[in-house]
Amino acid sequence: MPEPSPIVRIEHLRLDRGGRTVLRDINLSVPRGSIVAVLGPSGCGKSTLLAALTGELPAAAGTVEVLGQPVPRSQRALLEMRKGLGVLLQGNGLLTDLTVAENVALPLRTHTKLPSALIRRLVLMKLHAVGLRAAADAYPRELSGGMARRVALARALALDPPLMIYDEPLTGLDPIASGVVMSLVRRLNDTLGLTSIVVTHHVHETLPIADHAVVIANGGIVFSGAPDALQASTDPLIRQFLNGEPDGPIPFESRAFNSQPEPA
Amino acid sequence: MPFVAATSAIGRAGLFTLSVLRASAPTADFFRELVREIYKIGARTLPIVTVGGAFVGLSVTLLGYRALDTYGAANQVSAMLGLGMYRELGPVLTALLFIGRAGSSIAAELGLMRATDQITALSLMAIDPIGKAVAPRFWAALISMPLLTGFFCSLAISAGYFEAVHVIGIDQGFFWQVLKDSVDFHEDFLMAFVKSGVFGATAALVAAYVGFHAEPTIEGTSVATTKAVVNASLLVLMFNFVMSALLFK
Repeated sequence: MPEPSPIVRIEHLRLDRGGRTVLRDINLSVPRGSIVAVLGPSGCGKSTLLAALTGELPAAAGTVEVLGQPVPRSQRALLEMRKGLGVLLQGNGLLTDLTVAENVALPLRTHTKLPSALIRRLVLMKLHAVGLRAAADAYPRELSGGMARRVALARALALDPPLMIYDEPLTGLDPIASGVVMSLVRRLNDTLGLTSIVVTHHVHETLPIADHAVVIANGGIVFSGAPDALQASTDPLIRQFLNGEPDGPIPFESRAFNSQPEPA
Repeated sequence: MPFVAATSAIGRAGLFTLSVLRASAPTADFFRELVREIYKIGARTLPIVTVGGAFVGLSVTLLGYRALDTYGAANQVSAMLGLGMYRELGPVLTALLFIGRAGSSIAAELGLMRATDQITALSLMAIDPIGKAVAPRFWAALISMPLLTGFFCSLAISAGYFEAVHVIGIDQGFFWQVLKDSVDFHEDFLMAFVKSGVFGATAALVAAYVGFHAEPTIEGTSVATTKAVVNASLLVLMFNFVMSALLFK
C-alpha cells in the first residue's frame, strides 16, 4: 500500500524578511496524523516559518506545499486554502466585541450556510471539547490567559481543519494551564484525526506529546528526528538549547538588523 | 521625493477604497455588524451633535442679528441662519464633530485590532478583514452622517428661533417666512445631505485606512488616531470648498 502524501512538504526553502535572509535551505515533511514540534530559541525564525506555511510570507526560494497544494500567492486562493487550516496565534486574536460563543461561531457563520440553531450546538460542542462550555456567553476580557487560549483553540477547530498550527501556545501560561493546553493538543489530534505543528520554545512541555521534533537555530534546521533522539543528542548546540545554557554555539547577542543577506 | 510619496499614498488609499466597496457583500452577518456600527458611531455621536448644533445656532443668530441690524435688516436673520447652516456650517461642523468622536474611535479600534492580532486572526480564518472590520464601519458612517447633519441643523435653527423670537424680539411670522423663502429644498436642503454623505465616507475611509495600516504597537495606534483626526478634518474642509464652489450659485 503506498504511503500517504505528507500534509506539509517544504523543500529547499529560503525566507527573507526586511532584506535579510532569516531561514535558508529548510527541508521538512510532516506526515498526516502526527504532531511535529518546531523548536528553537526566540528570534530564530520559527514564526517566520509559520508565516510561510499560512501564506503570509512568500518563499524567496524553494517550495512550500500545504494540504497537497503549493501555497498560493493570490489573495482569493490563499483565503480558500486557509479554510483547511486551524491556526492558534500567540496573542489568541479573539475579537473583543464578541462573546466566546460568537467568536467560535464566526468561521461557521462565514463559511457555512448552517442554520443558527445548529451552529449554536456545534459551538457548544467545540467549547465542551476544550472544557469551556460554561463560558459561552462571557466576553474575552472576562477570561484568564489559559481560558482565552482554549477559546482560541475551539475557534481554530470550528471548521474541523485537517491541519492545526500552534504558534507559541504556552506563552504567558502558568504550568497548570500549560499542561491543560498541551494535553488538549494531543487529545484533539488523536480523537479528531488532525495533524498538528507546534511552534514553540517550551521544550520540556512539548516534547512529551510530539511524534517528531525539529530544532531551528542559526538560520536553518539543526536537528530533525524523534523526541527521544533529541533528548539524547550530544551536539553542543542542541545541549545548549535543551539545558538553557547562556554560552555556546547559539549567540546571545542578536545580529545587526541592517546586515546584508547571508549567502544561501 | 514628496510628489512620488504623495502619489503612491493616494494610489494606496484608492485601492483600499475599492477593496472596501468590493468587500461590502449584503449578507446577514454584514447587516448585523452594520446595525451595531450605526449604533456605536451614529447614535452615540448624537448627543454632542445636538448640543453642538444648538450652540452654533445661538452664535450665528446673535452674530447675524448684530451685523444685519446695522442696515435695518434684523428680520432677515433667519435667512442667514438657514443658508449658513444648510450650505456650510451644518455639514462641515457635524463632520468635524463626527471625526472627533467616531473617526478617532474607528482608527483606534482598527489599530488595536491590528496590535492584538485580531486582524491577522480574521485573515487566517479565511475571513476578509476588510469585509468584516472596515466595510460595516464605512457604510455606517455614510448612513449616519446625513442623519446627524439633519439633527445638527434642526437644533441650530430651533435654538436660533428661540433666541431671535423670544430673546431679541423678532416677529415669528417673519422668522419662518424669510427662512422658507431663502432656503431652497433642492439646492440647499438636499445638497446638505449630499455633502454630509461625502464627508461621512471621507471621514470613515481616512480613519479606517490609517487604523487598518497602523504599526501593531500602542504607539502605532496613538499615531493612527491622531492622523485620522487631522487628515480627515483637513480633507473635509478641502472637499467642502470644492463642493460649495461647484454646487452653489
